[in-house]
Amino acid sequence: MWNFKSFENNIAIVEENSNSVTYAELSKLCDDFLQHIPSRSLVFNLSSNCLGALLGYVACVQGKNVTLMLDDHIDKELLSHFILTYKPDYLWVPNNKNSEFGGRIVFSECEYSLIKTSYDHEYPLYDELALLLTTSGSTGSPKFVRQSYKNLEANTRAIAEYLHLDASERPITTLPMNYTYGLSIINSHLMVGATILLTDKTLMQRDFWNFMSDQHATSLGGVPYTYEMLNRLMFFRRRLPDLRTMTQAGGKLLPELHQKFAEYAEKEGKKFVVMYGQAEATARMAYLPPEMSLKKCGSMGIAIPGGKFELHDENNQVITDTETVGELVYYGDNVTLGYALSGEDLAKPDERHGVLYTGDMAKFDKDGYFYVVGRKKRFLKIFGNRVGLDETERLIKSKYSNVECACSGKDDALYVFVNNSDLCSDIKKYLVEKTKLNPVAFHVQFLEQIPKNEVGKTMYKELEKFYDKVC
Amino acid sequence: MSNLEKYTNAFVTCFEVDEETAKRLKYQDISAWDSVGHMGLIAALEEAFDIMMETDDIIDLSSFEKGKEILSKYGIEF
Repeated sequence: MWNFKSFENNIAIVEENSNSVTYAELSKLCDDFLQHIPSRSLVFNLSSNCLGALLGYVACVQGKNVTLMLDDHIDKELLSHFILTYKPDYLWVPNNKNSEFGGRIVFSECEYSLIKTSYDHEYPLYDELALLLTTSGSTGSPKFVRQSYKNLEANTRAIAEYLHLDASERPITTLPMNYTYGLSIINSHLMVGATILLTDKTLMQRDFWNFMSDQHATSLGGVPYTYEMLNRLMFFRRRLPDLRTMTQAGGKLLPELHQKFAEYAEKEGKKFVVMYGQAEATARMAYLPPEMSLKKCGSMGIAIPGGKFELHDENNQVITDTETVGELVYYGDNVTLGYALSGEDLAKPDERHGVLYTGDMAKFDKDGYFYVVGRKKRFLKIFGNRVGLDETERLIKSKYSNVECACSGKDDALYVFVNNSDLCSDIKKYLVEKTKLNPVAFHVQFLEQIPKNEVGKTMYKELEKFYDKVC
Repeated sequence: MSNLEKYTNAFVTCFEVDEETAKRLKYQDISAWDSVGHMGLIAALEEAFDIMMETDDIIDLSSFEKGKEILSKYGIEF
């Protein structure tokens, strides 16, 4: 997918400790890695934003191995479940976690080790399969999006094109690389020979800001919550002469914040690019051109190069009128193959054939700009992560028998209503443990009677009036 | 409630830990104290002491102990 030879002498990666790696060196590291692993192996990568994790990912894509990208802080029990379900041939893990796994270390580099498991190509892999990523996986199901080489390449090229990326870019990491948006930033910048500033530090740490200014970062990306944090940190007062571009995805930004950042960008001569995507479309489907950011505030933009949108009504007819809401349907080479729920699914071919029903309800204006207005399915975006509400209900009910519960809420705030007050704090702890999301997102409240209609279906609308009641 | 109690309480409530754990905490020691949790902690401290913290102080507040030092700048004594 990448051609590192074209910019051998460029710096590919700078780490927090200022250690840097050229494209020639990265290429050599990949070759070394690939000496120790047969092609078409299945590899689990326990990643953080560090050189080791990136090396494992890049080498696997280059060497036609299939990687599942995971967070290295993943719940142990969940990881064991994934390992039993998919039987990976290798694990690529940080050295300090080596001892947690059985198996033989066959290669170590950049503080990571390649561990050979006892499995040996247990499940056949579809020839075009390149990568597995979580989707609503945060609720603990082993459901992954199957991405092909063509998906990755098409989306990466489109992103580099519409953001006008070149080798002078220096993006700083603000999102994990096992998250599709974070990974797309890495993919697209490696394609143009740019320099990626790799850090696991967050916006809330001085080290992050020092690294950003010392290394002259030119861009950063964020989910809606990132922009709320930047706003709170009086980001607008900070002098960042090197910063050129800020991108936003992972959910709809509050229009006030969209406006504020777009105004800031215009005044400071920077670009603020609102985007839209899903792991099911590799990463990106739409972007709002920065020059339109103020004029079309609240819009998710237009389809990326090579892509196309339609809105479908309830009868699956294409909507041609402006300002009419329908389900957003996307067409493009970045529409992924489908999902995997089991090892056998890794052999499955393309099931979507370039068409993705996004589950988002949208409309377009007279100029063809799209606006997301709601969701067809019941899920929330919590700090940029999709969390299924029905899945969460099932999770709770399977853990605590004899409890009535209903999940609803808004982005970044999931409300759980239960008819047993003794369980409130336990349920919250359990959800935090399972989702690895910050506890502030979960509001577990006692409600004696979950509102239901005559056929016994939960009336979620009725729950809204309880949202702001403190638990 | 003394200032120290109010201060400790903010950590206990935000991160759902006991007082002893709270007093030893550093940023990212526990999963609850990530960037999202940090925003919550800052909001809780601002409310408890009726202050508005500067950006530099927000990003410097990297541990329970460091926070006490920072709050002293706002006239809060422990």
